[in-house]
Amino acid sequence: MRRPFSYKLNIFLFLLPALILFIGVLIAPIIMSGYYSLTEWNGLTTPQFIGLANYKELFTSKSINIMRALKNAMLLALLSTCIQLPFALWLALKLSKKPRGERVFLSVYFMPVLISTVVIGQLWIKIYNPDYGVLNLLLRSLGLESWTHVWLGDKNTALWAAFVPILWQYVGYHMLLMYAGIKGVPPELNEAALIDGCTEGQVNWYIIIPYIRPILRVSVIFAVTGSLKSFDLIYVLTNGGPNHATEVPSTLMINLLFLRNRYGMGSTIAVMLIILCFVFAIIINAIFKEDKGR
Amino acid sequence: MNTATKSNYPLTYDNGKPRKTVGQIVSYIVLVLWAIISVFPVYWMLTFSLKTNEEIFGENVIGLPKYWVWENYTRAMNTGNMPLYFLNSVIVAVSTIIITLLASVMATYAITRLDWKGRKSMNKFFMLGLTIPIHASIVPLYTTLAKIKMLNSYFALILPYSAFSLAMGILISIGFMGDIPYDLDEACFLDGCGVWGTFMRVIAPLMMPAVATVGIYTFLQCWNELMFANVFISKDSLKTLPVGVQALSGQYTTDWGPIGAALSIATIPTLLVYVFLSKQIQDSFIAGAVKG
Repeated sequence: MRRPFSYKLNIFLFLLPALILFIGVLIAPIIMSGYYSLTEWNGLTTPQFIGLANYKELFTSKSINIMRALKNAMLLALLSTCIQLPFALWLALKLSKKPRGERVFLSVYFMPVLISTVVIGQLWIKIYNPDYGVLNLLLRSLGLESWTHVWLGDKNTALWAAFVPILWQYVGYHMLLMYAGIKGVPPELNEAALIDGCTEGQVNWYIIIPYIRPILRVSVIFAVTGSLKSFDLIYVLTNGGPNHATEVPSTLMINLLFLRNRYGMGSTIAVMLIILCFVFAIIINAIFKEDKGR
Repeated sequence: MNTATKSNYPLTYDNGKPRKTVGQIVSYIVLVLWAIISVFPVYWMLTFSLKTNEEIFGENVIGLPKYWVWENYTRAMNTGNMPLYFLNSVIVAVSTIIITLLASVMATYAITRLDWKGRKSMNKFFMLGLTIPIHASIVPLYTTLAKIKMLNSYFALILPYSAFSLAMGILISIGFMGDIPYDLDEACFLDGCGVWGTFMRVIAPLMMPAVATVGIYTFLQCWNELMFANVFISKDSLKTLPVGVQALSGQYTTDWGPIGAALSIATIPTLLVYVFLSKQIQDSFIAGAVKG
């Protein structure tokens, strides 16, 4: 059937608001970022096209030191995948066995995800406060005076101290995804395995975990790309300090952009981050697929 | 996802039946400990927001306040521009929610209900938005907004927030719109409503549950957003809560009570929404991840 022109026009009109927003704010700026990343630009004059010079400078410059920032982000990604996700999975498995207060636990674990990172950051700054923070007070009251630190101000502890709240905040998020996945496992599977004499641990390992593999994949992707992009909590807690010990790519980007007015170089970092996230997502997808074949 | 089963597996905690092993008791203790660790910072914030410095700094660090110092809240509201930050956050959040809802429900209607070539690709195109990080657009948006003198305006936040919430809005709306029977569309169509009539009379009223879910999700995203708010707004009178609170905490580092009160003021709306709508909130986060 041939549709009248007015029908096509209506389709277009229905899509219009979404298209304007989407193209204007997401698609066009990505293309522009790609171009800016190839220019030297202070934001005032016209951008000077310099080819890949920014990328070369980014990876060789000692003053930018992108490698330190990337190393920090990768460390966070590693901690997130190896500590945060297994713990979230453990919580999800335990909660799915319907302990008393299941709903309350679920809601409480998820709560930190919803709270503004500024608030969480400010609270942890106070928890870490060397004189009055609860962490040092706790250590002192346990007689461990020597363990107390200026947590966020000491360049030996700052990175770990900044990572703890990030990992803490999102345990509940991953737990929720995994819990929802486990709830989708057909109960017959569990029951059959239990009748066959499997222990709870065996059921978890051989039935539930393989079944929720697609969710685990999403969690790993979120954990890794989220770590690469991490900004908010680091910005609030340390803003890359002390002495750049906690610098991550996003804080570098913001500093280059708005403290040094290097819009070209800032875009270079942004583009590099997008490419990295994309590459890691593909690698993780491939790993999960390959495993399935075995 | 929500097929919570009623059957009890033989090896569950079994609602109080006396078959708990040591392992189960230990894991229950870990569950409780993690609950305490999850809730502690917020509990601590709410209590120290009502304490004097003497209590916070030593006399009564983690207990409930002995004297409830409500004055901290009045001081927080009177220092800086707290009421204004709050108002700005509300204006930005409400406008973003309205724009996101309108754009995403309309687009969903065109993608799922109207018949045309390329609607599948259009859907995939929008779903790209789930994976695009805000880093990708910060420089072009900043320079463009500066050029058209739109930095330091509500629009500098509302438009980007709406655009970045859009993919999620469409994703959630598609799920909900699939539940509306096609018969209703057809009946209305036969009665002579055009495409718009069907949309306004059938689809829009039946999309209310999606409106709630999308609205909540969008609210949480823009209420807490920091990077754009920090970069696009430098004028104090236009700052949103996260940026305003961040600035306040930097200025008053020694007076913890009023800072605690300011942090609480920024957090309580979210907590209230969560208390009443925890299930919807959790579902909206699950919906986004399972597809994304």
